[in-house]
Amino acid sequence: MLLIGVFLAFPAVWTIYLGLTNFRLLGTAALHSRFVGGENYLNALTGGDFLHSLYITFIYVVFSAVIGQCVLGFTLAWVLRNWRGPIRRGLESLIIVAWIVPGSVVAFLWLAFLQGNIGPLVETGTLNTILGGIGINWWLELPMLSIVVFNIWRGTAFSMLLFGAGLQAIPPSYLETARVAGASTWQMMRDIVIPRSRGHILTNLLLISLWTFNDFTPFLLTGGGPGNQTQFLPVYIYQQAFQQGALGYGAAISTLVLVINLVVALFYMRILRERR
Amino acid sequence: MAATGATSAVDTAAEDRRWLVRALVSRIVLYGFLALTAAFFALPMAWLVLAPFEAHPTLVAGLTDPTLQNFKAMFDNPSVRGSLLNSILLALGTMAVVVASAALAAYALSRARVPGRDVILYILLLFSSVVTGSAAMVPIFLLAYDLHIINTLTGVALVLAGGLLPAAIFILKDFMDSTPASYEESARVFGASPFQILRHIVLPLVRPGLAVIAVWTIVTVWGSFLTPFILLQDPSQQPAAVEIYSFYSAGGTANLRLISTFGLLYTIPVVIMYLVVQNRYGFRFYGGLKR
Repeated sequence: MLLIGVFLAFPAVWTIYLGLTNFRLLGTAALHSRFVGGENYLNALTGGDFLHSLYITFIYVVFSAVIGQCVLGFTLAWVLRNWRGPIRRGLESLIIVAWIVPGSVVAFLWLAFLQGNIGPLVETGTLNTILGGIGINWWLELPMLSIVVFNIWRGTAFSMLLFGAGLQAIPPSYLETARVAGASTWQMMRDIVIPRSRGHILTNLLLISLWTFNDFTPFLLTGGGPGNQTQFLPVYIYQQAFQQGALGYGAAISTLVLVINLVVALFYMRILRERR
Repeated sequence: MAATGATSAVDTAAEDRRWLVRALVSRIVLYGFLALTAAFFALPMAWLVLAPFEAHPTLVAGLTDPTLQNFKAMFDNPSVRGSLLNSILLALGTMAVVVASAALAAYALSRARVPGRDVILYILLLFSSVVTGSAAMVPIFLLAYDLHIINTLTGVALVLAGGLLPAAIFILKDFMDSTPASYEESARVFGASPFQILRHIVLPLVRPGLAVIAVWTIVTVWGSFLTPFILLQDPSQQPAAVEIYSFYSAGGTANLRLISTFGLLYTIPVVIMYLVVQNRYGFRFYGGLKR
């Protein structure tokens, strides 16, 4: 009895506490915006900056996570599925290390690799040295492309591991039968592999798009610049709330981002349950 | 398919040749793809591995004049030592909070019949993936400010622990569910107190789970940038993640020797911990490492 009392009470209290904090978190935002009515939300939704930020964040998520990480991760998992030995282990370790190295180190590595645009880094980076005299200042001239490539580099490991596990769950006999019956790789993909790993694909898409959508690493790389070309939502919130001091406005955008997160999560979970 | 007549033999040979060529081409494409991928992932990393040992590092990865002097210079730098210590304190503190609370909560959720238990867990998980550090940075900042835990490592540890707990409880509950309740029942028959049961029976049984949670928490906290960046103003309190950023974002000439050595030293622990856990428990992803 005591046991149940103690250990029931604890999580109950803890859950209430969490509920309270979340309530207060949202409550604070609500409080701040109530002083000015819905003005902050109105400003965000009608002003160009928020919508611009939302738009480029969307582009960033679609190209780097949904297309880049997902496709590259799947291809790697597919190609490596029957391999054993040092080549596979080496390649996998490389990709996983890119994923687990702390963000602030990785950010500097990429600034250096592509020749940074931040103050002191005026020398040539590794990539331009390899390419020889082209000398593009990637971070200044192609910031969006650079950051998309960076995020593919950073996050492919997760997709690769998840799809690797997913492909192992497909009975090899299915693929052999299909192969003997003369199916092309494309046909096998369409009729066997993709339907059978639909759950993995959706889970993966949900997680990587949420992570990318909320990723703060772009701030370390470009600080939102040049101009506002890479001012993704998390960076925008930070700049508005802490650099401009507009905490109320920042809180309003925060709330909008939370709602978007929630909608995306519920949307994916809905699909996942229907397809099962 | 059946071969009859003289011409079909020629056909088969030609088909064999075509098949061979196609197999060869696909092999070449495959290896080319793998080589490109390897280069793509290895090249940006090369600098981190080489530059710390270079006497006069530039931004180009290379090793012309190997030395260990950089490491000595780095250890003489007080802000490096201080921030590494802060990182260790922060990681261990958060780990203690997460492991202790998650163990108690997971045990209770696994053994007791709480009405709507699965719904609670589901909602917790949903919340933890939706309420991320970057979406909630303003509310978190205001909350910490109101609670007077801003500018303290304790505050950062509590905020980080709050974000990690739902997933930790979820993982630990899986471990708890798979251990038989009969051990606990017989201990209770012999008059063991609830805490004795927890300490001597339950915790040893789920030790792998606790280890996974502990390492996962440490790795996540070690790399986390945004929360300490927002909540800590005093440079002497910054963990290594923020300190290293200030080394290359501040004006003036970036000290490449310091950044590279510091970066390498700061990276090695997480890589080692990840490898150890992966080898021992075959634990590949319970998600979240990136968050």
